Amino acid sequence: MVEQRVIVVGGGLAGLSATMKLAELGRPVDLLSLVPVKRSHSVCAQGGINAVNAITRQEGDNEYRHFDDTVYGGDFLQHQPPVKEMCDWGPRIVDLMDRLGVMFNRTPEGFRDQRRFGGTLFRRTAFAGATTGQQLLYTLDEQVRRWEVMGRVRKFEGWEFLGPVLDDDGVCRGAVAQNLTSMEVRAFPADAVILATGGCGLIFGKSTMSMMCTGAAAARAFRAGARYANGEFVQVHPTAIPGADKHRLMSESARGEGGRVWVPARPGDTRDPLAIPPSERRYFLEEKYPKYGNLVPRDIATREIFNICVNEGLSVQRGEYCVYLDLTELPPERHRKLEGILEIYQKFRGVDPRTVPMKIFPAVHYSMGGLWVDYERSPSGGLAAGSPRNQMTAIPGLYAIGEADYQYHGANRLGANSLLSCIFSGLFCAPGIDRYLADALKRSATDLSARLFESAAATHREQFRLMAGRFGTENPYTLHRELGQTMTRNVTVVRTNAGIRETLARLDELEDRYRRVGSADGGGWANQNVVFARSLGDMLTLARVIAEGALRRDECRGAHYKPEFAVPPPKGGDPVTLRAEALRWCQAVRRQNERWLKTTIAEFTPDGPAFSYEPVDTSLIPPRPRTYGMVGAEIIEEVWNQMQTQAGPAPR
Amino acid sequence: MERTVTLQIRRQDRPDGPSYWQRFEIPYQPQLNVISCLQAIAELGRTADGERVAPVAWECGCLEEVCGSCTMVINGRVRQACTALVDELLAADGEVIRLEPMTKFPVVRDLVVDRGRMFEALKRVRAWVPVDGYYDLPTPRIEQAAQQESYPLTRCMTCGCCLEACPQVNEHTGFIGAAAISQAMLFNQHPVGRTEAEARYRALMAKGGIGECGNAQNCVKVCPKNIPLTDSIARAGRALTFYAIKHYLDK
Repeated sequence: MVEQRVIVVGGGLAGLSATMKLAELGRPVDLLSLVPVKRSHSVCAQGGINAVNAITRQEGDNEYRHFDDTVYGGDFLQHQPPVKEMCDWGPRIVDLMDRLGVMFNRTPEGFRDQRRFGGTLFRRTAFAGATTGQQLLYTLDEQVRRWEVMGRVRKFEGWEFLGPVLDDDGVCRGAVAQNLTSMEVRAFPADAVILATGGCGLIFGKSTMSMMCTGAAAARAFRAGARYANGEFVQVHPTAIPGADKHRLMSESARGEGGRVWVPARPGDTRDPLAIPPSERRYFLEEKYPKYGNLVPRDIATREIFNICVNEGLSVQRGEYCVYLDLTELPPERHRKLEGILEIYQKFRGVDPRTVPMKIFPAVHYSMGGLWVDYERSPSGGLAAGSPRNQMTAIPGLYAIGEADYQYHGANRLGANSLLSCIFSGLFCAPGIDRYLADALKRSATDLSARLFESAAATHREQFRLMAGRFGTENPYTLHRELGQTMTRNVTVVRTNAGIRETLARLDELEDRYRRVGSADGGGWANQNVVFARSLGDMLTLARVIAEGALRRDECRGAHYKPEFAVPPPKGGDPVTLRAEALRWCQAVRRQNERWLKTTIAEFTPDGPAFSYEPVDTSLIPPRPRTYGMVGAEIIEEVWNQMQTQAGPAPR
Repeated sequence: MERTVTLQIRRQDRPDGPSYWQRFEIPYQPQLNVISCLQAIAELGRTADGERVAPVAWECGCLEEVCGSCTMVINGRVRQACTALVDELLAADGEVIRLEPMTKFPVVRDLVVDRGRMFEALKRVRAWVPVDGYYDLPTPRIEQAAQQESYPLTRCMTCGCCLEACPQVNEHTGFIGAAAISQAMLFNQHPVGRTEAEARYRALMAKGGIGECGNAQNCVKVCPKNIPLTDSIARAGRALTFYAIKHYLDK
């Protein structure tokens, strides 16, 4: 019998979950990763992982409310069956991680402690100090090492995915990868390939992401025919420490444990923050959003912080934008739960955040968009377990999971949902791939002619040789910095069509200059220069998908905010006026949904991405306007519900 | 004149090649760390003398001191490059910043070393919880005190500082180092992990195990995560004594 193998590319939470589950199902796995998997970007996740638990249940919570919070927070842009399934799995996943040895914080009685995160009113988040991602990753790493010792998993660390190998029918039969030390290029035959390669924050130059999060693997799959969805939805995290080399995340858990965001009420107030009396401070999130306070969803918190600095001139530091994130009033036991992140601030800023308010500003953080993947809906509205379609990209046999896919977070991700979506998609896709392999047995990759693999490898080998030997006047690091600047300026928190067009023109110029990039290292050993230059080409590819998707989408939805197309919310006043304004507003929102509540799909063509749109499955929870903290939210919701019961299209 | 930062970097083109020093100068900015210096050098592509050279190879990942990638020897001390702030280095050690690869691991190129042996050591001490499977089953209850004891040990990022600083880590002893011993003790504390405790004790008693520890206590001083490594080693030592006696009596 021929041996069927699966390739997993990427060893973060998603890749390791898939690897361990496939191994358990008896499938041998080749795990490829740029870095030793224990150093994957998942280590940076801090705050926690969301799941309904015994405590929230007794407060009226259930899986359906988690599902509702997630799609409402995501502005209804995600297909609902996968989200429903994920939320149903939440408690099981946290229990599993607990059994595997994650040192979740405990209550005095010995149960898992829980904290509150953004976009929900329940304390749904389990955590291990402020290093939850690291703890989850290490635990999965340990399980995969166990399978490695048992011979079920082969690790190829320090290998870079260059592209899928497709047969004459366009089915994925393996991958080509390069060893980043010896620079050897070779093909790895497999019957299914899973991309678990994370987000693409490096396109924005400085972000909270690790230095390998270029999106290169996704871009290479895209060029080979995979579709890319909702690329324009990029999460900008409200609280990061601005830095010269990167922006460092300051977890939402800092606010979950009671941290408060404020600025002095008077512009240019240079007093020591602790000397400013509370009456002269503006806790602007709490003022505007009394219900959620500092824990409004990230897109909203980010826009408010941006606004208070840029438009209201209340930044707390001259010549730089930032606001205070204040933990000084918290008791020591809260500080202890946040130790990991307080340490980061102290090490990089040289100031103790236990006694001095931190200075923070938003930074690019997460890619909601990603490779388009399929799913099979179950009769109950979740996912059909064991369906080979779940998580499969537009290329048969090529799968995508974790941050590399687009499936779970819509227009805005809620904090502590990413660890859940990564582990969920990794675990859940495995039985489907197992079945895909069983169905595909008649055409196993090992039976294919060696020539298919050899010619795929030869193509990439030649491309590398050409790049390494190239003389040119342009410097890849300089181009990357310019790419990051233009993307950050025009395609992040506040977007205008004029600004995005300016960036697209810059991308034309950068692509042109990219063709003249010279190699600073012609060597065939640990050649980081050429490897970086190659990934820059991939970043340019995805930058265009992101920017053009943003240009086309003339609306505001979640993280995508274009003031030109904003529907001004009702201002209030007497109940009659408010009701009239609410009606006008709800009608505008409905028109917007009719036009734009759809998935952006990009497909590769040599002349640039081709765009199309797909309807979103919102069959379980009807879309409704997000009214976090809005004046007269109850009346708006009432008006909306009345409108929904009246059949027919929205009035024009 | 524009203020600059000078870095002296020990380079090595190939594992079997000789090492040599090169000097680089980059423009000074406030809040630089060693990573941003290396990024500037990669972009610059030339030495302080203006000679065009291949960019310096180095490893980095998170830049937040949680991934362990960028560990190197900076001004003679092993640490992560991301948290090595230029202003602090200049104030503490003078005008030139010296970067060298760690010495206890084979050099791949320049500042990149191969820390594979640390991951092999984790296999040897069976650093995992041997669960029945990945299905939904009840979870163990863990006391708050036990969590608080274990949590610091779980933060080990396999960076290699403790091995670099340890005089006993060398070719002759084959010592696995403090990191792996501490991980063995972490899993021996876990209610399910401890079912493999004896296998871990046997691994720690074998050549290159705890017997090689010379009690220099350098490991705990250089650990960037303040992991109580010497406590783990002491606990391992006591546990091994009991295990050895029990094993002897059971014979």
